[in-house]
Amino acid sequence: MNQIPALIRLFAYLSLLTVGGGMAAFPEMKILTVEVHKWLTFPQLIHLYSVGQMAPGPNMMMIVAIGQWAGGLLGALVVLVAFFGPTALLALIVARLWKKLEKWRWRTSIQEGLAPVSIGLLLAGCFTMAKGAIFGVETAAIAVGVLLILLQYKINPALLVLAGAATGVLSFMPK
Amino acid sequence: MSDAALKPPVEAIPAAPSTAARASIAQIFLEFLIIGSTSFGGVVPYLRSSLVTKRGWINDKEFVEMLSISQSLPGLNATNMAIQVGDKLGGSLGSLAAIIGICLPGAVLMYVVGLFYRAHGDHIWITAALKGVAAAAVGLILSTVVSMSKKSLSNKFDFVFVALTVIAVNRLHISVPRTLICIGILAILFHRPRKREKEGETQ
Repeated sequence: MNQIPALIRLFAYLSLLTVGGGMAAFPEMKILTVEVHKWLTFPQLIHLYSVGQMAPGPNMMMIVAIGQWAGGLLGALVVLVAFFGPTALLALIVARLWKKLEKWRWRTSIQEGLAPVSIGLLLAGCFTMAKGAIFGVETAAIAVGVLLILLQYKINPALLVLAGAATGVLSFMPK
Repeated sequence: MSDAALKPPVEAIPAAPSTAARASIAQIFLEFLIIGSTSFGGVVPYLRSSLVTKRGWINDKEFVEMLSISQSLPGLNATNMAIQVGDKLGGSLGSLAAIIGICLPGAVLMYVVGLFYRAHGDHIWITAALKGVAAAAVGLILSTVVSMSKKSLSNKFDFVFVALTVIAVNRLHISVPRTLICIGILAILFHRPRKREKEGETQ
């Protein structure tokens, strides 16, 4: 069955939800890609997202893998365009306008008002993901450890994700 | 638009308070391609060191301004920044060059990772490692939430909006766009412009 139109529709829609960060779209992404279209399982979605945190560049490139699974190379390409095209166009237009609105008093209101909502959306995405990723002492310890280290020290997060992989191997390899 | 028409006035770049830098489309593409292939662990610091420090294409104030616009708009910070910087340096075509440059390396990498994971994702070593990777990613997102809260939440009441958003999405299962619009409007109204100048003067 041809998944291309569904991929375009869905990722264009998801892109508009990424206020504050890619994670804001995660709850909807889970519902649509896992439950509605069944392109992948929830653990697979979590794994792709997490591995994507080690890749350079914008941190939602895991969508390419979903596109590839559902629709091959073409699927990967349309997902890229659908996910980055609409927001790119919006950013181009709004950023030009925004600079002209420097004196408009609602400008600050919008920025101040959207800040807590976007942080809330990130946190909600994080909780959705934690439901699948945190299951027991080891995983909870890894998450809390990474959080505390990042709050305390200036260290590259990609290295910590890599350290998480090593800890995972040590903790979960069958003896 | 030819590249020749966009030759950057190099001598104008250093130490100009408001940078009026331009760059050729090829230069923009190349710089963002470099950022896109080296920015492990989060793009923003790499953008700053490359665009502000190394190239001097934008200054610190512009960087912060562009970042705050990026955060208020849908779209990832990395790509929204690429669009704005590309636009400033080379117009719409510059934006296109910047966003393709910053996305290309990660996209190719994740394409390959996707193929590999599909073929070997059930290997015991890999599933064990991925459990650790996913848990670490949760910690990473939480740290982003904390540092964003420190930077951009000015009012105690903002935490109520954060909590309402989380409850709406996670507990009440209200869709993200509805939550975004409803609580967004409430929060914007809460932060509505008041007669700050007048009050500020009388205080």
